[in-house]
Amino acid sequence: MGVKLLLEKAHVPGIRGYDVYRSEGGYRSVEKALKMAPADIVEEVKKSGLRGRGGAGFPAGMKWSFIAKPEGVPRHLVCNADESEPGTFKDRYLMENIPHLLIEGLIVASFALGSNATYIYIRGEYAWIVDILEQAINEAKQNGWLGKNILDTGFDCEIYVQRGAGAYICGEETALIESLEGKRGNPRIKPPFPAVKGVWDRPTVVNNVETLAAVVPVINMGGEEYAKIGVGRSTGTKLISACGNINKPGVYEIDMTISVEEFIYSEEFCGGIANGKRIKACIPGGSSVPILPANLLFKTAKGETRYMNYESLSDGGFATGSMMGSGGFIVLDEDQCIVKHTYTLARFYRHESCGQCSPCREGTGWMEKILKSIETGKGKMSDIDLLWDIQRKIEGNTICPLGDAAAWPVAAAIRHFRDEFEWHVNNPIECLNRNFGLAHYADEIHVPVTA
Amino acid sequence: MSEQQLFKVTIDNITIEVAPGTSILQAARSIGGDVAPPAMCFYSKLQGSGGKCRTCLVEVSKGSEKDPRPMPKLVASCRTTVMDGMEVKNITSPKVVDARAGVVEFLLLNHPLDCPICDQAGECHLQDLGYEHGKAGTRYEFQRRTFKKHDLGPYIQLHMTRCILCYRCVFTADQLTNSREHGVLSRGDHSEIATYIEKSLDNDFIGNVIDVCPVGALTDKTFRFKNRVWFTKPVDAHRDCPTCSGKAQLWMRGDEVFRVTARKDEWGEVKDTADGKPGWICNECRFEKKAANDWVIEGPSVINRHSVIAQGHYLGLKKPEETIVKVMSGQQPRFFMDIHDVSGVNKPNIELSLINGPATSDVFNETKKD
Amino acid sequence: MVKFSDDKLAKVQEIVQRYPEGKQKSALIPVLHLAQENFGGWLSAETMDYVAELLQISSIEVYEVATFYSMYNLQPVGKYLFEVCHTGPCMLRGSDDIVTYIYEKLGIKSGETTADGMFTLKTVECLGACGYAPMMQLGKYYKEHLTKERVDSIIEECKKNAASNN
Repeated sequence: MGVKLLLEKAHVPGIRGYDVYRSEGGYRSVEKALKMAPADIVEEVKKSGLRGRGGAGFPAGMKWSFIAKPEGVPRHLVCNADESEPGTFKDRYLMENIPHLLIEGLIVASFALGSNATYIYIRGEYAWIVDILEQAINEAKQNGWLGKNILDTGFDCEIYVQRGAGAYICGEETALIESLEGKRGNPRIKPPFPAVKGVWDRPTVVNNVETLAAVVPVINMGGEEYAKIGVGRSTGTKLISACGNINKPGVYEIDMTISVEEFIYSEEFCGGIANGKRIKACIPGGSSVPILPANLLFKTAKGETRYMNYESLSDGGFATGSMMGSGGFIVLDEDQCIVKHTYTLARFYRHESCGQCSPCREGTGWMEKILKSIETGKGKMSDIDLLWDIQRKIEGNTICPLGDAAAWPVAAAIRHFRDEFEWHVNNPIECLNRNFGLAHYADEIHVPVTA
Repeated sequence: MSEQQLFKVTIDNITIEVAPGTSILQAARSIGGDVAPPAMCFYSKLQGSGGKCRTCLVEVSKGSEKDPRPMPKLVASCRTTVMDGMEVKNITSPKVVDARAGVVEFLLLNHPLDCPICDQAGECHLQDLGYEHGKAGTRYEFQRRTFKKHDLGPYIQLHMTRCILCYRCVFTADQLTNSREHGVLSRGDHSEIATYIEKSLDNDFIGNVIDVCPVGALTDKTFRFKNRVWFTKPVDAHRDCPTCSGKAQLWMRGDEVFRVTARKDEWGEVKDTADGKPGWICNECRFEKKAANDWVIEGPSVINRHSVIAQGHYLGLKKPEETIVKVMSGQQPRFFMDIHDVSGVNKPNIELSLINGPATSDVFNETKKD
Repeated sequence: MVKFSDDKLAKVQEIVQRYPEGKQKSALIPVLHLAQENFGGWLSAETMDYVAELLQISSIEVYEVATFYSMYNLQPVGKYLFEVCHTGPCMLRGSDDIVTYIYEKLGIKSGETTADGMFTLKTVECLGACGYAPMMQLGKYYKEHLTKERVDSIIEECKKNAASNN
């Protein structure tokens, strides 16, 4: 049984309400933090090694320390609850079940950053969660944790929930800021960074829901204690939303010391592959990160056990590794078709491209069309190389990371499953009736021994 | 600030000094020639433009004197400011050349091949871009994107299929007129320039969207299908206009004024007038004044030698400085050759621009010479 | 005539108050949601012009935003809008079968509405319920762990609700 910091109390009956949450020790971190100097809170978060939980994994304390503090200009904290990465539903789980944890983290972070008006930007489809959050905010306000002069410290803070309206791109922080300003979600060209010029040209910090919730245990236990959990630069706990062909899909909190194999097969977590099938592949960190075949998932190319943490998941780079990403863990069993799956992801990115810059606007649609023709048995062998070339020309050449996010899944699918693509091309009729199957994707990889 | 510290920046091995805050693109333009990256969306006279088309991507191989680390990705030169000691690679970087060819392919992916009937042909930045930086073929085998047709009123013709979504016309309407009526609608590859409800654009300065459009998406309805630009001759002219500067360029054939546009510089942008402001012109000058006697003609416009429009020959031809040879270690440019190297017909001692009227065989007939 | 009731206008005011002075455009997305709920489940040009007027911004700014986000319907939709997710994780759990089943049952494909104007089917991209796949959004809520039987009961429930509301 690993350490649980965020979801420990998530199943206490009535924890959604203020009274139970408070009686279970809620809002202690606010009491503690509001007696500290804001700079010391930032220091504490830095010490904790807490990394952004939205996908990029940037150290949160560092991000906070970048915020500009020009005289007389208000600053804002914005909570990124625009969870839209396929495979990811951890923030939703947290907000639905234990909303006060997020509100508590937001108050501490707002105090540390000097934000008197803090916004939660939530994806529009999570309409009912808006009600849950607003109720939690009202309860917090009634109990003096929000509003004017909180705990007699002279600190004022309001939290508002802003609903999006259906756009994956608004999870990108500058697109989110544009959307919060009532505009199209077109990412901004950086610099200037939000820490200098964010919402309404004011210094802004945008953090993921889980990151802000994790601020609560960081403050409660102290940064150094928090950093002791986990391994290396992967400190603390991480929420993993597991889905796909597993027995127990759901949200799990892990302390980043367990192996991928244990995570998939132990009863505590995913409970193994559904219907007694074998695992074929897995996308360990949300649809944007590279897919791995089973044999590279459990062991790195060096033959070492792969663990569920930032470093180990990315071991081997993109050639033989993947990324922790947002923690959206998608498992594919032996009956699944990689080409079809990649096609649905390409269709997703095409649908979600904002259309502002040309490589992403044109390239995502092109990749979708080619993948569709391969999937439906109309592909040519040269299409596979063409796909590779298109993704290569999108990656790194766009305004925001959506271009990379669209390119990586296609690249990884071709890198590891090229023979499945070729099989589709060579067997245009058969591929409509059956899938390629597990093939050799779970076979042990030979690790060369050095003398 | 009388003594402003200048930044030293090296672009394709040419070092210059520029004021802090200058973008890499503007620095490269001050060197000129092929060192200047192409720009399809950036427009120096429109605030906030740039960064979108990705044609001006360059490699920053050295960040600055203080922090010499190279930048991890190619950057949009139009929106990246120079640092002291920065080293930039444009055409000397194979990475840039490759990425740019990719961007050109993306831009042309859904662009119709209707140049033969497009009014922009001959002065189209996308044609130039494709010619200079693109690959000859396309690998796209699907149907090209089409849009529902929208009518923007009596003056401006919109061909959405040709649009590359540079957003210049949106910035123009925002910054030149007091109420923008058109914008970018929808998302992703369905994005389009439109008014949503069929509405004609009739602000006094809205005609300038035609001049800023890098392609044939927005063209002048009063000139539509009337002539090819390379058959018309551009002259600088002015008139007393209560609305705008009245300094324009007329595109004439004989005495007939086919088209009126703003005057443009070598980057295709509207030139500044004497007061240092961009010389945007009003709709009346552009669309209504189509008689030669509406205008005081100053003389032929200076046209870049590279342009097909320069084929109508002029005195005062301005040759830009060739930089390719300099930066590509002696490699010759590939686009133009000296006609005399390959043809013995035309005599090198006869300057075509000096003869009256079109050249005939008589001009070259040495036996008939007096 | 498109016009909010007084309590809805008060709600708009409350939303506008959340932002700094002069930044009322920030209220656009929430107000468009409110308008869509109030004026027939979709946004007509008239509705959008009304919102523009309320927030003192130009109409085109509203059109630009309304056409960007996928949750705004720019055409009338059926009384019940089935938005079935068909992205990767849902596809792995059989979302295609659900879409096919709805077609068999109601005779509508993605983007179509039944003749009686009751149901519209839309296939959408990831809604963030991957662990509870296959799923669909119906109004404000998610219907998860879909099976053919569950689709049947949802359709029945909608029909019953529609009958009792009329």
